[in-house]
Amino acid sequence: MTIAEDPATTSPGYKWVGTRMIRPDGFEKVTGRARFGADIKLNGMLYGHVLRSPHAHAKIVSIDTSEAEKMAGVRAVITGADFPDPSGPAGDQDLQRNVIAREKALYEGHVIAAVAAQTRAQAKAAAEAIKVVYEVLPHVMTVDEAMAPGAPLLHPKLMTKGVDPAPTEPSNVASRAVYQGGDLDLGFAESDVVVEGTFTTKPVHQGYIEPHAAVADTTPNGRTTLWCSSQGHFTMRSLSAKVLGWEPSKLKVIPAEIGGGFGGKTTIYLEPLAVRLSQKAGRPVKLVMSRDEVFRATGPASGTKIVGKLGFKNDGTMVAGELWMAYEAGAFAGSPAGAGSMTALAPYTVPNFLIEGFDVVVNKPKVAAYRAPGAPMSSFAVESLIDEAAKKLGMDPIDIRLKNAVTEGCQATYGPKFPRIGFVETLEAIKNHPNYKIPLGPNQGRGVASGFWFNAGLNSSATVHVNEDGNVIVVTGSPDIGGSRASMALMAAEEFGIDAARIQPVVGDTESVGYNDQTGGSRTTLATGAAVIEACRKVIADLRGRAAKQWDVSLDKVEWVDGQAQHVEGTQPPLSLADLAKGWNRTGGPLTASAALNARGVGSAFSTQVVDLEVDPDTGHVTVLRYLTAQDAGRAIHPSYVEGQLQGGVVQGLGWALNEEYIFDRNGKMENPGFLDYRIPVASDLPMIDTIVVEVPNPGHPYGVRGVGEVGIVPPLAAVANAVDDAVSRRIHDLPLSPVRILDAIINKDS
Amino acid sequence: MSRIQVSCTVNGDPVDFLCDADGSLLNTLRDELGLTGIKEGCGTGDCGACSILMDDQLHCACLIFAPEATGTTITTVEGLADGDHLTPLQECFLEGAALQCGICTPGFLVAATALLKHNPNPTETEIRYALAGNLCRCTGYDKIVRAVREAAAQMREASA
Ligand code: FES
Ligand code: FES
Repeated sequence: MTIAEDPATTSPGYKWVGTRMIRPDGFEKVTGRARFGADIKLNGMLYGHVLRSPHAHAKIVSIDTSEAEKMAGVRAVITGADFPDPSGPAGDQDLQRNVIAREKALYEGHVIAAVAAQTRAQAKAAAEAIKVVYEVLPHVMTVDEAMAPGAPLLHPKLMTKGVDPAPTEPSNVASRAVYQGGDLDLGFAESDVVVEGTFTTKPVHQGYIEPHAAVADTTPNGRTTLWCSSQGHFTMRSLSAKVLGWEPSKLKVIPAEIGGGFGGKTTIYLEPLAVRLSQKAGRPVKLVMSRDEVFRATGPASGTKIVGKLGFKNDGTMVAGELWMAYEAGAFAGSPAGAGSMTALAPYTVPNFLIEGFDVVVNKPKVAAYRAPGAPMSSFAVESLIDEAAKKLGMDPIDIRLKNAVTEGCQATYGPKFPRIGFVETLEAIKNHPNYKIPLGPNQGRGVASGFWFNAGLNSSATVHVNEDGNVIVVTGSPDIGGSRASMALMAAEEFGIDAARIQPVVGDTESVGYNDQTGGSRTTLATGAAVIEACRKVIADLRGRAAKQWDVSLDKVEWVDGQAQHVEGTQPPLSLADLAKGWNRTGGPLTASAALNARGVGSAFSTQVVDLEVDPDTGHVTVLRYLTAQDAGRAIHPSYVEGQLQGGVVQGLGWALNEEYIFDRNGKMENPGFLDYRIPVASDLPMIDTIVVEVPNPGHPYGVRGVGEVGIVPPLAAVANAVDDAVSRRIHDLPLSPVRILDAIINKDS
Repeated sequence: MSRIQVSCTVNGDPVDFLCDADGSLLNTLRDELGLTGIKEGCGTGDCGACSILMDDQLHCACLIFAPEATGTTITTVEGLADGDHLTPLQECFLEGAALQCGICTPGFLVAATALLKHNPNPTETEIRYALAGNLCRCTGYDKIVRAVREAAAQMREASA
């Protein structure tokens, strides 16, 4: 049962915000009309195929494309030599090398070359005819291997940042992040109970169902149009330009509908390849990844190793916390070790702490953001340890969290003071819910965990036009990945006081609207929403001015109520949006306004979750019996899509906890690059996911929005491990909690 | 390679197309007939995004060679609605917010259509098992299962 209260009933005064309109793009999406990345087809279009490294780590001695170039239907072949030499800041050079390998292949699946031909089959055959001579190098696959003295190096010049004194020798450790406060030794000395453990998690993929796709059309004068499915087409433009050595303005990027991203479509893979192939062939080129390529060469989230230790007083007060955390970055620096460090203890008031996070390169695909990047892993360690402490202290797992929960005014372990937040409310909501009191049977267990995520603000623009019929077009540059057109329409309807069905929300291309950062960081409803609200308010101010002109009264005599301009004294018949639109010739021309902002007032998100599950003692298989999540949304603009974010995050977390992992053979080749062997949760694995949408409004947003996309994936890892421990008295520190692992823990009870 | 001519019925229309002997029906329907509502999520029969009905049976189009379509009657997501008139399943998916990104939606709608044809009154468990071949990474399935249950109820009511 979903028991979310409908915010329409809890936030009186709003007519549209908090209601459940049918999404404006819904008809297209249930009839197969919506065009996703791979659905774009242009006249004369060629098909591309990418050749990838079969080795986890190898020097590229030579690439011979001569045979491939002569094959039937082949119009272009490219290698790293077709791109400018890597230059610019280290991160840019990494991006350029990740898109197409230069001196070395750094993971199995690293791009070596690409072909465009008239048919898919021709392109594939030609790619396979490219002769590459490799010199295979020793590889490192885990943080332990990569950090070991004398480990083979991925990058001969990589010097660890963030250590004092600065290192004199290169290593595979790109950086160290540190957060500390108080006096750690004193904290542990004061502790009555100390819990500690070493935790590991495996790389997991974002698992969006739509593989990456890009279509490029380059004209001889150099103007290029790129269609792709991404979380942000402006970012695709700027990143692609960096790899091509172009000014971003040379590229126009048209957003296709996006079939899931979860952070994994915030960077480029195919886009510059498609552009270069198109440029060389003089024809449009389409590149689409296979699922196998998606697994081998995109995403995933970091595998991690975390050593944690927490100290508590007898009354449950957390007085000390120490975490040493190493995150796999994949082949290039940039794991979310920093964010993992910042979020690890953020939900709690712990006076003495030391958190160290290491960003470690290994011979795996470069990690990409995945929903609250970095937080689920560190939270897995911390929330498991808190559970253990609660058991030792004989405390209820909610009570121990309530005892230490941050509230407004508390200083976060990562620095700032929290404004108004709803963490305590999520804990209380779970505690008071009937699910929390259902008696459990044999081999059944209940697990609780909480999580925190910052949420992001960043840059957004919006343009609002009134049509001549009085309907409204809202253009933003934020791809709609899960219902944001609906939330934009609802906020605009609320501002204008007109039916949401009269608002047409549009996701504009890079030439149709001002710059927008990506749909990510749970930011779109907050930041792009704020831009929409501001643009609406500008148009409304203009409308009032025009009514004042028409009535020949001063502006303060005109107010905007329920979609029309009204004279405050009621001496004039009201002028509706349609009336004012009809008369725009006489009052100053068309009605349009834009707003652009760097969003402030970001509101942090907290979630508390409880899972009930049953362990089959003979097989180690886990059945999830029921799941309840409570999350502070600030304000739910469209409650159904808010619930959907909560539910989707939980289920991705359950996959992470129970099934999902990258498996590599001893040569560093991925052994399970398909949905058969990399098993994401399916409908028959799951119960309904019950949601409680808590609404503690964010003071930084006009409607109180916080952003809801990410934090839901943080608690499930520990919630499941805690429930397994509750069911079979086994504290397992390593994910996933697959049947084999659980069975092993059951059998080896005494070891 | 010489191409093979195939005649079949797609969404009510008689169609002819040429295909390679080893071409997949999925690519053929998408590329030759422009039916891009059918999606490729994996190409290996593991995600259900390419679900179609072939002679009323649910299939993954990615696992069928295009010449196998000869003489069959195929329904894709594009053929479910009657013009602007959506089916109860499509309506319930919209009403119940059973899609987020929507890439899995065509496959779910086709698979659920097949389910309700054979079983007009499925339990929650039956719905979950019938749709276990369709992956959705966005929704956690909760709202999809509810939408199918609601559509089944509406369809039973309409035919009662
Ligand atoms: S594309 Fe056919 S089952 Fe995935
Ligand atoms: S709605 Fe995105 S995969 Fe199902």
